[in-house]
Amino acid sequence: MGFEVLFKGKNMVRLLQGLGVALQISLISVAISIVLGLILGMLMSLKKPFINLVSRVYLEIVRIMPQMVLLFIVFFGYTKLTGRNISAESSSLIVFSFWGTAEMADLVRGCMAGIPKIQYESSRALGLSRLQTYIYVIIPQIVRRLLPLSINLITRMIKTTSLIMMIGIVEVLKVGQQIIEANRKSSPHAAFGVFATIFLLYFIACWPISCLAKYLEKKLA
Amino acid sequence: MDTRVLQEYLPIFAEAFLLTVKIGLAGVALAFVIGILGAFIRYFKLPLLSEAVKGYVELFRNTPLLVQLFFIYYGLPVMGIRISAEICGIVGLGLLGGSYMTESIRSGLEAVPVIQTESALSLGMTRSQTFLSVILPQAFSLSVPALVANVIFLLKETSVFSAISLMDLMFTAKDLIGLYYNTTESLFLLVVFYTVMLLPVSFVGSIAEKRSRFKMFGD
Repeated sequence: MGFEVLFKGKNMVRLLQGLGVALQISLISVAISIVLGLILGMLMSLKKPFINLVSRVYLEIVRIMPQMVLLFIVFFGYTKLTGRNISAESSSLIVFSFWGTAEMADLVRGCMAGIPKIQYESSRALGLSRLQTYIYVIIPQIVRRLLPLSINLITRMIKTTSLIMMIGIVEVLKVGQQIIEANRKSSPHAAFGVFATIFLLYFIACWPISCLAKYLEKKLA
Repeated sequence: MDTRVLQEYLPIFAEAFLLTVKIGLAGVALAFVIGILGAFIRYFKLPLLSEAVKGYVELFRNTPLLVQLFFIYYGLPVMGIRISAEICGIVGLGLLGGSYMTESIRSGLEAVPVIQTESALSLGMTRSQTFLSVILPQAFSLSVPALVANVIFLLKETSVFSAISLMDLMFTAKDLIGLYYNTTESLFLLVVFYTVMLLPVSFVGSIAEKRSRFKMFGD
């Protein structure tokens, strides 16, 4: 079946290290996205015409442009434009943060819009100041709705970062290909075993996070 | 930007565009078929099948398309299952999309309040009448936003097909950049063609979302 190749030498460790590279890039991007997304999302709910226009264009670009295309634009376009080299790692961080920020901002905006107007009015009637309204009434509710959604963003980010192999980062798929190439003669079925393992590794990385998001959604709703 | 280069590249990109659209649409169609079947199986809680569908949905929703394609295109042939790159792309997109569609349609079906079923039954409608003319239309309205998002997501995912050597837009762009270093022109055409492909879908999608929401309020 081709699984035996994984137990040769350090092959399994190398595969896991490859997954580690992908996970590292996704977690850094997620962290940046959540912070920037929160800020942008709140700016968007201020309903200022200029911010609205800019953010709508931004969100639409992210909505319709495949991440792969954005990755190419940054990776190849930046070099062409400035004549300087940009590493594949930095371009993927830029692109995935750009994408994640838009996704996060949209989630925040959606949650803010979902808070009924009566919540603000009731707080006013109770004599709370604007700041107090946000701290004690609005933000706790937003956090409850936002938490499962932003955890879901992590799994989507992990899945999306599998694209980094296409701009030459040596991550789990690339390592898999190398292992298959190196053992072409001794185990011709390696392709099946290695890719099935990578399939499973991604599942093991994402599934618990999805389950956590689902659990929180039920519990906090 | 060199307009001569653009003119020269346009037909090459147009051809790649057609291939991308063809595979994208076939994949989305397959995804809808799988999604509808899967959602019905889950909704009616068919024994065993329901569990199988659940497993399938979890497996494909939690893995990237690129990994799925590598497994289907490079992994299966060594075990004797050989399929062409195009079929592989359609099947991969269909399986990924099917898992997302199953979830969206199922949650639409489950979001219809139970009282709707009870009222329909008490009016003397049969089970199948209730499902077809009461539950299904409302469930459809409810799942439109998710379905639109899925279609856009799937069409965007076609950009990874270059990994299994399909001559799609990404592949063409990468090839031309590598061969002639006309980076600006290639990237420009890449963006133009993806915009042509997805902006109308996004636009029609927002209209569909508004229409279906209106329908919900009207009933």
